[in-house]
Amino acid sequence: MTTTPVLEAIDETLETQGQPPVNVIYEWLTTVDHKKIGLMYIVYALLFLVVGGFEAILMRIQLAIPNNHFVSPQVFNQLFTMHGTTMVFFMGMPILFGMGNYLVPLMIGARDMAFPRLNAFSFWISAFAGILLYYSYIGGSGLYAAGSAPDVGWFAYAPLTSKVFSPGHSTDYWTLAVLLSGVGSIGTALNIVTTILCMRCKGMKMSRMPLLPWLYLVMSGLVFVAVSPLTAAQVMLTLDRYLGSHFFDTQAGGSAILWMHFFWIFGHPEVYVLVLPAFAFANEIIPVFSRKAMFGYPAMVAASVSIGFISLSVWAHHMFTAGLGPAGNTFFVFATMVISVPTGIKIFNWLATIWGGKIIFAPPMMFMVAFLFQFLIAGLTGIMLSAAPFNWQLSASYFVVAHFHYVLVGAIVFSLFGAFYYWYPKVTGKMMDETLAKWHFWLFLIGFHLTFDFMHVPGILGMPRRIYTYEAGRGWDTLNFIVGIGAIFQAVGTLILVYNMIHSYYKGKEAGHDPWDAWTLEWSVPSPPPSYNFAIEPTVNSRRPLWDLKHPEDPDSDYE
Amino acid sequence: MTTITTASRIPIDGPVETPWKLPYRGTIGMACLIIAESAIFIIFVVAYIYYIGKSLSGPTPAQVLELPIFGTICLLSSSIFVHFAVSSLRKENYRGCTLNLAATVLLGTIFLATTAREWYHLIHDEGLTIKTNLFGTTYYSLVGLHATHVVVGLIMLSLVLCFSLAGLVKEEHSEKLEVLSLYWHFVDAVWVVVFLVVYVLGR
Repeated sequence: MTTTPVLEAIDETLETQGQPPVNVIYEWLTTVDHKKIGLMYIVYALLFLVVGGFEAILMRIQLAIPNNHFVSPQVFNQLFTMHGTTMVFFMGMPILFGMGNYLVPLMIGARDMAFPRLNAFSFWISAFAGILLYYSYIGGSGLYAAGSAPDVGWFAYAPLTSKVFSPGHSTDYWTLAVLLSGVGSIGTALNIVTTILCMRCKGMKMSRMPLLPWLYLVMSGLVFVAVSPLTAAQVMLTLDRYLGSHFFDTQAGGSAILWMHFFWIFGHPEVYVLVLPAFAFANEIIPVFSRKAMFGYPAMVAASVSIGFISLSVWAHHMFTAGLGPAGNTFFVFATMVISVPTGIKIFNWLATIWGGKIIFAPPMMFMVAFLFQFLIAGLTGIMLSAAPFNWQLSASYFVVAHFHYVLVGAIVFSLFGAFYYWYPKVTGKMMDETLAKWHFWLFLIGFHLTFDFMHVPGILGMPRRIYTYEAGRGWDTLNFIVGIGAIFQAVGTLILVYNMIHSYYKGKEAGHDPWDAWTLEWSVPSPPPSYNFAIEPTVNSRRPLWDLKHPEDPDSDYE
Repeated sequence: MTTITTASRIPIDGPVETPWKLPYRGTIGMACLIIAESAIFIIFVVAYIYYIGKSLSGPTPAQVLELPIFGTICLLSSSIFVHFAVSSLRKENYRGCTLNLAATVLLGTIFLATTAREWYHLIHDEGLTIKTNLFGTTYYSLVGLHATHVVVGLIMLSLVLCFSLAGLVKEEHSEKLEVLSLYWHFVDAVWVVVFLVVYVLGR
């Protein structure tokens, strides 16, 4: 076998080892390297995951027993507002963008993103937005000495956000933080699309691109049409609050319903912005641990693109109780139900990929199996809620809260944890401890089901979301207590993950280039990858370039 | 033991097909920005249309708005000049490029001046501000958002004009100037929509 010289030797010279800490910090602060920016996104998101999780725990303690006075009603309002805003804008978006930032250039054989400096700008503006949101605890009271952190709920319905009902600056911090995070999101999405369209390595046609970049392409396209309306709506809200305009001022003929429309035009596609990367991780991990090529690649791409399009026409299913009229209700019921078709195609494709495969139950695959199961249930309760009459009954109840947490935690967070275990060896060069990983998996799985399976029931029994306490004897007591217990399991599981990540970084086994015997380009470079990624720009002949390399007798390219 | 080192060792089967050419990243990036900006404008336009005739007090658009024909002609024709600037640069006609850029900046500035005059008239003579009623709210925000984009475009075009006057803009920069011209065309196209919505539909 002929060997081409590999320029790994130069990796060492570029390392920051032995540098004084000031230089290292300076390098991280000024870096435009997509891998470092991606890691900073992930670390920043994990910090907010801990903060947002802490807020969730406080809320569960408050609700664990009836007539509890652990926190005041005002603090409870702030907790659910901050929890929702943090988890969507400062945990979900950045962590998925971070993964995309790290992986997309590596998977398409590029040396960096298309606009490295825009990339750094987008990260820092998002990071600033997160800090701005939490600064509200200090600066929110303003000159009026009223308010602290935002307490208007994560969708901030008008007219609650007007100056009259939200004096002080708490709502301003919310608006500006969300606005800035939107600017960062649009910048990064622009970068991802441009990178995918303009930076692919030789031979990587769109039809040969791995599914992760494909799904990030769809997700970034959605960001343009979903996050921009939110940015526009936040500008309007800022004008209302600062210049006295009347967009959402019902006293002057403005419409509160218009805010609902604008928010949910963002809000529902946003769910798909968050879940598409979760699908993307599943698309990479499931085939590798089933030892089979992805089943139905074109169908997967088509399903993702159609999810993108359909998701733009479902927003008003969040507004059935606002009164849309029969025509509007019918349209949004059907549009919402239709979206389960491409989603179902995806689930069948994943099952068909696993079917007949040599399944390896390493930690990433364990999380993926849980992801499949839980995402299915989340989708089914979604179809229930999409029926308008059912929705009228259960809207704004704990059933809704349980449904969307099933999507966000059961599907997205599980997929994300799988992705952590899968790509951690690439990022650090060390394997993660498998025993700890299994502890994390089982604790988190049990905790998740204790919390969110049982949370459906008080919803059906009539418990509204966002109440800070409730009376005993309504049949909610035991259920809420179990939900609280589950939250503790999840917290312990997550702490084990954090410990495992730190522990394995110092004590883990060496991973080498390709610990999972995988097929995409990121596994062809050293772990961690050098700053230029590829010493020699790669070329590809098929969807699984490393398979071709390892099996020259039976390359994939023969079947394309 | 064979170690897999780099994917560049994968042999290419057969002769390399047509040279590997991907789109220019500036164009794609600008296209993405235009899509995102369009979504922002759509929201403001929807709000404008939704609130037509819903103001609880005067003045109404029919009482105070006049068709800004002159400004519109200036802005739309500036699009043609920026196009000429790009094509002159491609042909290495640097003088033509500078002149066309100057014309673009001049026409854009005239448009901005007509908007400023209109706002002065509305605020000073008619007493219409963003606080007055829903018409004021939606009018100033939509037209203001567009004017902000004109200002940004003018700043960038003026920078290029300065570089061009200094003789620094060369043929190899034509792709970049084209990206800027895309933005300017977008700003002009938005004005067509704003014009139709504010001055035709809304009056």
